[in-house]
Amino acid sequence: MMKRVTISPITRLEGHGKIEIFLDADGNVANAYFQVPELRGFEQFCVGRRAEDMPVIMNRICGVCPEAHHLAATKALDRLFAVEPPPAAKKIRELLYMAFYVTDHTTHFYALGGPDFIVGPDAPPAERNILGVIRKVGLDVGKQVIACRARNHHAIKMLGGRGVHPAAGVPGGWSKFITEQERKELEQIAIENVKFAQFTLQVFESAVLKNTAYAEVIHSDVYHHQTYYMGTVDKNNRANFYDGEIRVVDPEGRELLKFRAADYFQHISERVEPWTYLKFPYLKKVGWKGIVDGIDSGVYCASPLSRLNVSDGLATPLAQAEYERFYAAFDREKIEGRYQPVHHRLATHWARLIELLYASERMLELVHDPEITSQEVRRIPTGIAGVGVGSVEAPRGTLIHHYEADERGILTRVNLVVGTTNNHAAIALSIKRAAEKLIHAGHVIEEGLLNRIEMAFRLYDPCLSCATHALPGTMPLIVNLRNGEGEILRSFRRDD
Amino acid sequence: MTQKPKLAMYWASSCGGCEVALVNLNEKLLAVDAHFDFVFCPCLLDTKKSDIEAMPDRDLAITLFNGGIRTSENEEMARLLRRKSELLIAFGSCASEGCIPALSNLYSKADHFRTVYLDSSSLDNPKGCVPQARCTLPEGELELPEFYERVHHLGEIVDVDYSIAGCPPEPHQIWKVVEALVQGAQLPPKGSTLGAGKSTVCDECARRKENKTIQKFYRAYEIVPDRERCLLEQGIVCMGIATRDGCGALCPQVNMPCTGCYGPPEGVLDQGAKMVSALGSVLDIGDYKGLTEEQMTEKIDAAIDALPDLTGTFYKYSLAGSLLGGKS
Repeated sequence: MMKRVTISPITRLEGHGKIEIFLDADGNVANAYFQVPELRGFEQFCVGRRAEDMPVIMNRICGVCPEAHHLAATKALDRLFAVEPPPAAKKIRELLYMAFYVTDHTTHFYALGGPDFIVGPDAPPAERNILGVIRKVGLDVGKQVIACRARNHHAIKMLGGRGVHPAAGVPGGWSKFITEQERKELEQIAIENVKFAQFTLQVFESAVLKNTAYAEVIHSDVYHHQTYYMGTVDKNNRANFYDGEIRVVDPEGRELLKFRAADYFQHISERVEPWTYLKFPYLKKVGWKGIVDGIDSGVYCASPLSRLNVSDGLATPLAQAEYERFYAAFDREKIEGRYQPVHHRLATHWARLIELLYASERMLELVHDPEITSQEVRRIPTGIAGVGVGSVEAPRGTLIHHYEADERGILTRVNLVVGTTNNHAAIALSIKRAAEKLIHAGHVIEEGLLNRIEMAFRLYDPCLSCATHALPGTMPLIVNLRNGEGEILRSFRRDD
Repeated sequence: MTQKPKLAMYWASSCGGCEVALVNLNEKLLAVDAHFDFVFCPCLLDTKKSDIEAMPDRDLAITLFNGGIRTSENEEMARLLRRKSELLIAFGSCASEGCIPALSNLYSKADHFRTVYLDSSSLDNPKGCVPQARCTLPEGELELPEFYERVHHLGEIVDVDYSIAGCPPEPHQIWKVVEALVQGAQLPPKGSTLGAGKSTVCDECARRKENKTIQKFYRAYEIVPDRERCLLEQGIVCMGIATRDGCGALCPQVNMPCTGCYGPPEGVLDQGAKMVSALGSVLDIGDYKGLTEEQMTEKIDAAIDALPDLTGTFYKYSLAGSLLGGKS
C-alpha cells in the first residue's frame, strides 16, 4: 500500500507551502512534491492599468521585499518610456536597496536561518529560535538586531517615502533628492551597518565554523546539489544587486550564458504542473529533465550562494576578503577567473552574511559619492517604447518584470519571474533528498526528518509565505502519515 | 499568574507587509508581548489549525486578520477565526476593502489562468495544463485550495468588529490601537475604523493649497511638481482629498500623489465616487460662454482623456468593497 507523508509548515493554513511525500510498497520514498497552493494574479490584473502605477502596485506582491519589486518595476518603466535616469537617481535607488538588503539579510540570519546553526541543528526545537540565538550570543545582540532593522527601515522611509511599500520610483528617475543633512544621517547608518555586518560574520565564525559538528552539517551531502547558478554581475563580472547583466554558470563554473534582462525569455522557460500554482523555470539551452540536478538538467538556482558562484569577486574590499575566505574553506580552485561553484546549499547562510557586508560597504560608498546629493534626479520621458523589462537581484534571487504597453502607456501584457520561483525546482530537490536520507523501509526518523526538511526549506529563505521569514520564531511542522486512502495513520508534530 | 489575553495575527491572501508593519514597532513589540499571550501568526508560533479548532469559542481576545479571501482555504480560516475570536479586526487594506489584489476582480478566474499558465512570454506548457484543485499522480492524489472567481474582503465573508486602515497600517497607528486595547479604553461603536483619523489626507498634508482650478491633468511621470504646492492643484491626480487621514501624508512628502491606501474618509461609502465629485469641482474647462453643448463635452472629454484607467486610479484599494464591484 502506498503511504503518504504530508508535511505542512503551519503556513499551509495560510496556503503558502505544503510538502507531500509518497512512500512505495517497501516504505521508501517514491516521490516528494512541494506544492505552492496560492496564486494572486498580478500578471493579469495589471493589464489595463497605467504603466506608471507599476512601482506602487507591484510592491504588493511582497511586503517583505517590496523594495525589490519597486525597483524592478521602476527600471522596467525606464525602458518602457525610453528614458535614462540621471546618475544621482540611480545612486539613490541603489542606496535604498542596500539599506533594504541589510535589514532583510539581518532578519533572515538572526530570526530564521541562523537558529539552526548558532543554536545547533540537533538542539531541542524549543531553543532553536531568535531567543535561543540571543541566549547563545548574548542579550545585547537581540537589541542590536532590533536597532539594525529600525535604522535601515528609517533609511528606506526617508528615501522611498514609506517604511513598507515605497512610493518614489518614477520612469526616468526618483521623485526625491537627498539633502546634505539626510546624507549625513545615512552615512551614520551605513557606518553602523558595516560594523554590524563584521560583528555578524564573527558570530558565524565562532558559533558555526569553529564548531566541528556544525561544520560537518554544512559539508554533508544531503544538501549538495550540482546545478546551474544565476546572478547579476557588473561590467567587471563582480556581483551587483541593482544593475548589470545576468550571468549563468554551469555546475563546474564555466560561463553558460550572459544576457541582458530584456532577453530573458530567450533563455528561461517555465513549466506548469497541475499540482501546484507555482511554475518551474529552467534554462532553455539545457532543457527540462524534471526536478533533478546535474549538468544535463536545466534546473538552476538563484540565491546568495548563486550570486557568489557566478561572480569573479565582490566590488568592496572587506566583502572581497570574506569571499576569498569562503572559497578557500571549500577548497575551490579557480576556473575562468573565478572559483568553482560551492554546491553545499547550507553554505547559502554564510554567503548571505558576506552579502550583508557587501551591501553595508556599498551603502557607505554611495553616501560618500559627491553626486548623491545632486538635485537632478528626474528626466521627463518624451515618448514611449512600448516594451520594458527591468531586473534586480532580489535577496531570494533574480527578479524580472516585463511590461508591454499601448501608446497611452496602458499595460497590455505583464510577465514576472520572481526570485523564489527561480529556486522552486531546487527547493523541491533539497526536500526530496532530505526525505530519501531519513526515510528507509517505512521507518521515519521523525525529529530528524522535520529538522532536515525545515533546514532545506529555510536556507533558500523562500518568499512563498512572504511573511514567514519576517518575524521572530521558528517554522513549526506537522506531519501526517497517511495510507493510500488518505486516512491518517499517525500524526506527529514538532513542538516549539 | 493570571492569564494574559490571547492575541492572534493571521494572514489570508496577502503580501506580508502587514506583518512587517507590526514588526516595525521595533522595541515596542516586546511591550505587546508583555501584555498579550502572543498566539500571533499561527504560522510562527506553535499553533496549528486543529489547536484553534479545539479552543472554546471566543477564546482569542483579539484576532488581527490581514489579507483578502481568494481561496477556499482563506474562507475556511476566516470562518474559524470569527468563531474563536472575541474581537475580529480586519487589519489593513486587503481585509478591510480588498486592496490592490482585488483589482483582480476586473477579470475572471479563466482570464487569470490563461494569462499565467497558458499565455505568458516565458512558458513551456505544450499540454496546456493548468493547476487543478484535485490532481491524480502516479503516487496518489494531490489537492490544492480552490481559486475563487473573485477576491472578497473579510467583511463579505464574516461579521467584522473593527477595521484598521492602511496598506499597510503605519506602525505608530498600530501602536495607538494596541495601547488603547491594553488600557481597556472604551472602544468606538462596532464597525468603526481604528488607527486613523476621520478626515482626509489633505488635512495632514503640509503642501500649500491656493484653491486654484485645473485646466489640464498630468500623469505623475509627465511633470516635476513644485515641492511646496498642492499636487492636485498642479494637475496631478492625488487621492488625498478622497482618502482617510492617518498615515501622515507620506507619499506627497516625496512628491508623489496619494494613491488612497487608507480608504475613504469617515462617512464616505465609495472612495471613487468621492474622487469623481472632487475632480469635478477643481476642473476648469475655460471660457465656455458661447460654446455649444457638444463643444463643452469635447473639452471635458479632452481633460478626462488625460486620465486613463479611472477604475485602477480611483478604486486602487477599494474595488472589492466598492459599489462598482468589478466584473460580475
